[in-house]
Formats: sequence, C-alpha cells, structure tokens
Amino acid sequence: MSSQDPLEVHDLSVAYHRKPVLYGIDLTIPAGKLVGIIGPNGAGKSTFIKAIMGILPISSGWVKIFGESYSKNCRRVGYVPQRESVDWDFPVNVMDVVLMGRYGKLRLGQRPRKKDKEIARECLEKVEMLALANRQIGTLSGGQQQRVFLARALAQESDVYLMDEPFVGVDAATEAAIVTLLRELKERGKTVIVVHHDLTSAKEYFDSLILLNMRLIAYGPTEEVFTSDILQKTYGGRLTILSEAVTALHQDQKS
Amino acid sequence: MNRSRHSLAIIQLLVITLILAGTAHAARISEITETSIGEQALRFFTFQDRSLRYALLGSLLLGISCGLMGVFLVVKRLSLMSDALSHAVLPGIAFGYLWNMTRDPIAIFIGATVCGLLGSGVVQTIRNTTKQKEDAALGFVLSAFFAVGVCLLTMIQNLPGGNKSGLDQFMFGQIAAIGKTDLYLLGGVTFLVVALVVIFYKELRATSFDSAFSRSVGIPSSFFHYLLMLLLAFAIVSALQAVGVVLVSAMLVIPAAAAFLLTDRFATMLVISAVFGMTTGSIGSFLSFVGRDLPTGPLMVLTAGTFFATALFFGPKHGIVARWWGRRSRALIVRRENALKSLYRVMENDDFQRDFIIVEEIATQRSETIEEVSKSARTLQKAKLIKISHDKKNLTFTATGWRRACEIVRNHRLWELYLTRAADFAVDHVHDGAEEIEHVLGEDIIRKIESELNHAKLDPHGKAIPGWEDISAPYTTPSSPTAS
Repeated sequence: MSSQDPLEVHDLSVAYHRKPVLYGIDLTIPAGKLVGIIGPNGAGKSTFIKAIMGILPISSGWVKIFGESYSKNCRRVGYVPQRESVDWDFPVNVMDVVLMGRYGKLRLGQRPRKKDKEIARECLEKVEMLALANRQIGTLSGGQQQRVFLARALAQESDVYLMDEPFVGVDAATEAAIVTLLRELKERGKTVIVVHHDLTSAKEYFDSLILLNMRLIAYGPTEEVFTSDILQKTYGGRLTILSEAVTALHQDQKS
Repeated sequence: MNRSRHSLAIIQLLVITLILAGTAHAARISEITETSIGEQALRFFTFQDRSLRYALLGSLLLGISCGLMGVFLVVKRLSLMSDALSHAVLPGIAFGYLWNMTRDPIAIFIGATVCGLLGSGVVQTIRNTTKQKEDAALGFVLSAFFAVGVCLLTMIQNLPGGNKSGLDQFMFGQIAAIGKTDLYLLGGVTFLVVALVVIFYKELRATSFDSAFSRSVGIPSSFFHYLLMLLLAFAIVSALQAVGVVLVSAMLVIPAAAAFLLTDRFATMLVISAVFGMTTGSIGSFLSFVGRDLPTGPLMVLTAGTFFATALFFGPKHGIVARWWGRRSRALIVRRENALKSLYRVMENDDFQRDFIIVEEIATQRSETIEEVSKSARTLQKAKLIKISHDKKNLTFTATGWRRACEIVRNHRLWELYLTRAADFAVDHVHDGAEEIEHVLGEDIIRKIESELNHAKLDPHGKAIPGWEDISAPYTTPSSPTAS
C-alpha cells in the first residue's frame, strides 16, 4: 500500500531564478512518524517543504500526499510557516489567525461556522493561549506567537503536518510544550515533519531524520543516520564544489 | 465596539445627505456666475445645482473605493505600487482621448486601465527577471510612463481644439467637471469593490496576512493578488477625473494609514478607512467648490492629511498623545509606589512598633524637608493610599495602601533574591533591576518565583520578605492618640 503513504516525493527539483536549490529528492514517509529535516543554512530545508505544498514551483519531479496530488489532498496537510514570514503588525487578533486554520474546510466566500470557532477555541486551549484570544498578534511574545501558529495548524485537523523552524526564538516552556504536542500528534498516528536547526536537540526530538544539503544526503531512523560520517557529509565542504559547478552551469545557460 | 457604532452613525448621516442631494432642485451649471464664498457655501449646502450633486456623489463613491483598496495596500506594504500605477495610467488617458478625439470617459477608462496594468506588469517583469529590486522597478515605471503621458498630453493640447480637451484636469483633478458617465463608472467600480471585498473578505484578509499559508490550504493566493491589483487599477482610474493622476495614490494610502492608527481589527479598519475616504472626498469637493478654480485633488489630499495627523496625535491607543499620557501615568504610579515603599521601610525600621508614621522621621530618613514630604503625602492621600492626621504630623496607611506597599516591598526583595540565587548575580548588582521590575510583576510570576525559591522568608540583605498573609491581613487602624 505504498500509494497510501502520507508523503511520497519523487525526483523533486526546485530552482529559484533558474538557480537550483534542490535536486533529485526521493523519499517516502510512512504514517505516525516524527521526522526532522536538518542541514546547513541555504540547504533548501524550507524550500523543500514549500515545494511539497506547491507554494514554490517545482522544476521537475512530483509530490504525492496519500497517493494523490497536493492540491487534491491539501486539506490533509497542516502547515506552520516560519514566524518571520508574516507581518505581526497586521490588524488581526489571535482568534482570527487560528480560525484561518479552518479556511481549507470552507468554500470560497463561506464564513467560519460555529463549529469552526469551537474547534479554534479548543486548539487555543491546547496551546494555553485561550486567555489571549482577543489580543492583537503583535503584542505577543515570540513563544506566544509560535503557539498561535501551532494552534492554527491544529485547527486544520490534518493528517500530515509540515512545520518550518517552530523552535526558533521561543522560550524554554514553549519549546517543551511544542515537543509534547508533536509527540501527541505522532501518538495519534499523524505524520509530523519539522525543519530544525539545532543538531543537539534533533537527536532527542525526532525518530527519523532527513539530512538535506541541496540534495538528499540521508533519510532514515535517527540512530542510523545521526552519525558523524553523514553529518560531515551534510555540513562539510564537499558539496560546495558540486553546488558551484551547477550554479556555473546554469549561469552559462542563462547568458 | 463603540468606535464602529460611531462609524455607522457617520454612514447614516452621509446617506441622508445623499438622499437630500438627489431631491434638491437642479440648477444649470451655466447659471453659476461670479459669487462670494458665502453664497457658494450656501449653494453647496442646499444642493442647488446638478454639477454639485454629481461632485458630492462622486467624491463619496471614490472615497469608499479608494478607502477600501487603500487598506489592502497599507497592510500588504504595497503603498508605492499605487503611486506607480496611478502615474503609469497617464499615457492611457492620452490614448483614450486619441481614440475618437473626445473626452469620452469610457475610452479613457479603458485606455488608462490597460496602461496601468501594463505598468504593473513591467514592474513584475523587471523584478522577476533582473537583479533590480521592486523599489527601483517602481521608480523607473512611474517616471517613464508618466513622461510618455506628459509628452502625449502636450501634443494633444497643441492639436487644433486640443486646448479645450480638458485633459489637463486629469493632472490634479477637477471634480466640478464630473459628468454622468464618470459617475456611472465610479458607481460601478465602487459597487464591484464593495461586493468583492464583502464576498471574499475571508480570502482577501488571509492572503494579505499570510499568502504562503493561504496557498497551502488551497486558497488561490495569486488569483486574489491579481484581483486586488485589477480592482486597484479600477479604483485609481475611476477616481482620476476627481483627484488627478498625481495625487490619487494619496487618497488610497492616507485614509487607510489613518485607520491603521486607530484600530487593530481588519474589518473595523476597512470601515474607518471608507468613512475617512468619504469624508475627505466630500470636504475636498466642498473646498474646491467654494474656492471655484482650486483643483480638487490637492484639497482632498490636504483634508485627508489633516485626518491622518489627527489620528497620529490623538488616536486612542497608538496616538502620540495617548502614548505620552500612558508613559506619564506610569511614571506617576511608579513615583507613588516608591513613596509607599519608603513609608513601609520607616515602619519596618522600628519593627512595626507603631502603626503610624511620623512625618519628621520620613524627612530625616530621606533627607527631605517637611514640605517635600507633606507634598508627596498629599498625593498619596488623594489616591486613597494613606491618611494624614489632623495636625499633619502623622501618616497612616489605608487598607489598599498597606496592601500595595507590602506587595511592592515583596516584589523588590523576591526579585533580588531570585537574581542572586537563580541567576548568580552579586548581591550588590540586583537593587537597580528590582527597582524597575517591582512595579510590574504580576501574581503568576510572583508565585512561580516563590516556589522556585522554596518560599524563602529573607531577602539577600537579610530583610524579611512580606508574605501573602501579611498582604491579605487587614491593616488595622492604629489606636495612636494623634491619628484621627
């Protein structure tokens, strides 16, 4: 039943301004896994999850969510973008943002129903933010803002969650709360894929790791792939030659 | 809530005005002769002539469409885009005129819209295919298209009959020249803008806030972005006759920016911005009408600017005055609480033997004059924190004052202890930080700190930390002979 896997990526390549960022990624993630994506800056970690969701155009390859295209199954995917990706001065309050998690379940032009508001409230409760439901989002601390994003993703009631650096700029209490939440999702059979920057905690938090540096270096159970050899390959300088060569090639084609 | 109810009242007022305008007796434009400002104002308020009713209706309509579109520009940080777009439409106006050599509003509308969209397309292309950033692209398109437009307009003016084309009014706007077709266009665009904003409110807000997330849940973000750009082009082009190419972007940005200062809710911001747009539009046309030949655009923009400045200074939450007032009252509270704290210390110095404080003792301890001490005592009494005896020699705490004094002293000492124990600060480094934080620590944090410190009783300097039982214990009025 491999076609029923939550996420299947085949030969995925992505290019920005014709400069390649990711190429030839192949992987299949089964249900009920807590997967970390690690790799150096500019390795294409965020690009990878954005390409999965079709936010960035794919230059080759394909992505399947439970055996179907993303646009068909987008309701089964929840997303936590990077915190800096939005303008926190935007005139919306905490509740408004969490309700956006319900929009995938609503038709165009349809207003959130009573049920959606209830779900949003429950999700806020779960991240201990219900008391701040009416606060403008810019008045929150970094950790609280991240909790709002998590509540929004929970409100999506999805089967696969893609999270982009949820631990950046949060306090210790929020970090612990997020980890508990991730494990809880996994227990419930959800698949959670998290872009992560901290190697020390990566080993502890995730049961599988994707090591990425423009291409897939390794993917497997944490104890198997978290080896100095693979880490050296991911973070070491060897790949810069490859990337330089490909960049040169593309610049040549451009001119 | 209150604020939106207020806006509703304004809308109702404006609707009534509109109805009145529709029923008033019409006079022909040609009947307008040289009149005094007073007579002109009278004309305005009695809605005697049709051109005036057209002007007022037009300015209200453009106020709504520009006000609503402006909100999206401001929150999406695209304000410059409207400037570029409005300048880019100028050649389109010329082409629209050249189409059949008359000032046909429809032809001009089409020409201007096409040109405006072409301009924003060029901006996108430059940004996506070269290393130029958006601001440079906007600057280039704005000036290049505008230059072409100015050349074309000058050429038209030099054609036979061209000087009567009235195209120069498109530069700074002349609302008095607004015709029936202009009005239909404005009405159509405003209806379209209002309808789409109401229907797709959820989607437009979501894509403006977080377009990546919106796309991930299946909302066609780029479709809505281009829809907004199209509506923006419509709003700009339909408002040109009234406001003019040069200043139309101000009618988009200023009401929305002023509304942004007044609210934290998106829907409220839309309503306030539309109301500001309508008000500035009609005041601008009134001034333009009274001042006869004065161009409407600059007058509307000046009115809008006044609104913005008012919001900037007197906005209830983000206004400069409100912020200054907030800082001032916080400073006053801090000063008052510090005074309470020193009274507590005086009592502590003689082991709470007495429950009143002698004014002279405070003066000696703080090396202040009796007058200074009495003055700060009077402010404390006014805040019902202490009582001054009849002979003005002794002070006693009220129940509230005693509780707050205990809280402040506890906060200060707990924080010092926390810093020295949990954060390894040296004992002589912790006082200044505690002086600031003692006024803001809430009950949650205090309870957390207490449990972290195992409910310690003494601060790093060996002084007792007041506990919850001290704070909640009622402060008994002293039985001292001098106190009243």
